[in-house]
Amino acid sequence: MNHVSLFALAAAGALSAFPAAAADADLKALRDEIAQMKKSYEQRIDALEKRLVQAESTSTQAKAAADKATTQTARAGEGKASAFNPEIGLVLQGQAKRMKDVPERAVSGYWPAGHAHGDERGLSLEHSELMFSANIDPNFRGVARFAVTGAGEVEVEEASVSTLGLGNGFTLRAGRFASDIGYQNARHPHEWDFADATLMQKVLFGNEGYRQDGLQMKWLAPTPFMLQFGAEVGRGANFPGTDRNKNGSGAGAVYVKAGGDVGVSNAWQAGLSLLNTRAADRAAHFEDTGGVEAESFFSGESRTAIADFVWKWAPNGNASERSLKLQGEVFRRTERGTWRCDDADAASPTTCTGGAALGDLSTRQSGGYASAVFQFMPKWRVGYRHDWLARGSKSFDDATVFGLLDAGNHYFADFKPRKDSVMLDWSNSEFSRLRLQYARDRAMMGVTDNQVTLQYIMSLGAHGAHKF
Amino acid sequence: MRILIMLLVALALPAQAALNVFSTVPEWAALAQEIGGEKVRVASVTTALQDPHHVDARPSLIARARNADLLLATGAELEIGWLPVVLRESGNPRIQVGQPGYFEAAAFVRMLEVPGKLDRAEGDVHADGNPHIQTDPRHFLAIGEALAARLALLDPANAAAYRSGYAAFAERWRARIRQWEAQAAALKGVAVVSQHKAWAYLYDWLGMREIATLEPKPGVEPSVAQLARVRDQVASSKPRMVIRAAYNSARPAEWLSAEARLPVVVLPFTVGGTPQATDLATLFDDTVARLLQPLK
Repeated sequence: MNHVSLFALAAAGALSAFPAAAADADLKALRDEIAQMKKSYEQRIDALEKRLVQAESTSTQAKAAADKATTQTARAGEGKASAFNPEIGLVLQGQAKRMKDVPERAVSGYWPAGHAHGDERGLSLEHSELMFSANIDPNFRGVARFAVTGAGEVEVEEASVSTLGLGNGFTLRAGRFASDIGYQNARHPHEWDFADATLMQKVLFGNEGYRQDGLQMKWLAPTPFMLQFGAEVGRGANFPGTDRNKNGSGAGAVYVKAGGDVGVSNAWQAGLSLLNTRAADRAAHFEDTGGVEAESFFSGESRTAIADFVWKWAPNGNASERSLKLQGEVFRRTERGTWRCDDADAASPTTCTGGAALGDLSTRQSGGYASAVFQFMPKWRVGYRHDWLARGSKSFDDATVFGLLDAGNHYFADFKPRKDSVMLDWSNSEFSRLRLQYARDRAMMGVTDNQVTLQYIMSLGAHGAHKF
Repeated sequence: MRILIMLLVALALPAQAALNVFSTVPEWAALAQEIGGEKVRVASVTTALQDPHHVDARPSLIARARNADLLLATGAELEIGWLPVVLRESGNPRIQVGQPGYFEAAAFVRMLEVPGKLDRAEGDVHADGNPHIQTDPRHFLAIGEALAARLALLDPANAAAYRSGYAAFAERWRARIRQWEAQAAALKGVAVVSQHKAWAYLYDWLGMREIATLEPKPGVEPSVAQLARVRDQVASSKPRMVIRAAYNSARPAEWLSAEARLPVVVLPFTVGGTPQATDLATLFDDTVARLLQPLK
């Protein structure tokens, strides 16, 4: 076709070279022909331009098509990427601790809360935490955490199922879980900013915090800032309650949490929590008037109120460079009931032999802590924490009690426990952390313990996202 | 009583009027805005000055997630450190993974740098590949098409508006891409050093060559010793610039810049990263302009 038109063009050129020889009619015919040819050329050039534009845009289209094909094949092989089903995570934690050898270490003035591991001197394995979690189906999610202590004990820290699809801001959780009362309580040791538990946590619930075997209902209000209400009912087997072998609930907790942003650089959260439980024959070691070890048992109700507050700052909300976290909690616990004492060991008789009633016991105690942790450059943080506990008030019948138990017992000490800690930690990535901590522990009357802890915390495998 | 009812209606109306979209990062918020216009109410919970890998699951995020109809995430594990806890705490079944209200942009593009093996000794690697997909403008076409379909699914009454919104966006966007490609022709084959492996898709689009990264492993802050190694390593290959995102720490790139006499180019990375990058189009206008600066 091109040949024909070129020929025609050449012919037209040749013809137009004949001056005046051709008739007017011929000339007109020729002009028409040329005009026509010009028009068809313009059309063709237009078409070519359009095709060019299309070709250009198909480079994006071709990419899109290729992308689609590859993503579809990649998605088909997705099972490989989510091979961790359930997600499995392991936290390894160990430490070297230098502190005084204090037999029967206790917080003066407070009823000892459970056993205290993590308080070993020298090199030790703290607990290693093994975590499994996964969505069970579109409506449920399950989490299990096992703590393996250095001594080889396995503890079920958490085994719970929660809903994903209740809607309207409701979430229901059942099983064993760390209670959401307060701020620090629900945090696992590997998330702590300091190497050990606060004095407040130690006297309220023991090192491990308060756990429930029960049911938790949370409701998030449809507000522009966070407003969450929670209620828990549980077995109540843990300190300050005891397992009472009964049907129904043994402990109840309610809490409300609020939180929001202040500008782009600041965020806060505050909460108020109440825990109500009962103890039946809650045991603790005491010395009788002769200095022989006896055992005391408290039976009655225990109420704990906690207020917590957290403030975080990071320039532009970007915490990778510098950030500051201020955190504090205060509590008040009131207990009302009766107590008695008995021999700790049948072989060594005490003034309590055969069991002796000590009458009524009612106490009101309070305390708290405040801490600041500052990340001054990537990977590095420093922190300071101050712990304090008040003397509080205890009322019991002095004549009966001191007739049987030694007034020198730490529980009767008129003393304000204190502890100051400073720490420096370094995190190579979000999965590893090394920490050095110095603490001046004056939790026990007459003992000033300067403690130095060097600790590592390492996470392997799936590592769940942390709460605020 | 009448005042109360009026107040309630006034409160309820905006919630009814528009689809409430929660975006983890600014770029998908901007895309949803382009497509949905006034039919959607979009907010990004992070800014361009925040590291999208490391965001705190702040209480305000949980409050916003509770009321969202649609959650836009990048996916490919970018938000793995914080989004799961926000989702769980939200008590909102509409936006849980697997629901129509959960949208992952990375599902609609071809991923680059998919690791052959998963080992954290390699740093912060993502099993699905490099998650910074928003640095190639061509991706917004495929993602936008899928997003328009998703918006139409969730809000059938406005389906036509989303479709035409996407069609208009796609037409504008294709013309823009041609324009940027023409402008950036000089960048083809140019060797660069990046601070974080954030630009795989940008380089793939413009044909640039990344000869080194300042981070020894993805997500690991470089030490001075590491920076010195990079300086020696790149000396022979003559890179033209060192590139960092607006949210990255300024120090590593500036150190190399001073040592190796290389210009630092701070790219917006996403909408809002620089004063010029106010929406999707200006994001790439500014990205291309800033990349061309050292070549002049």
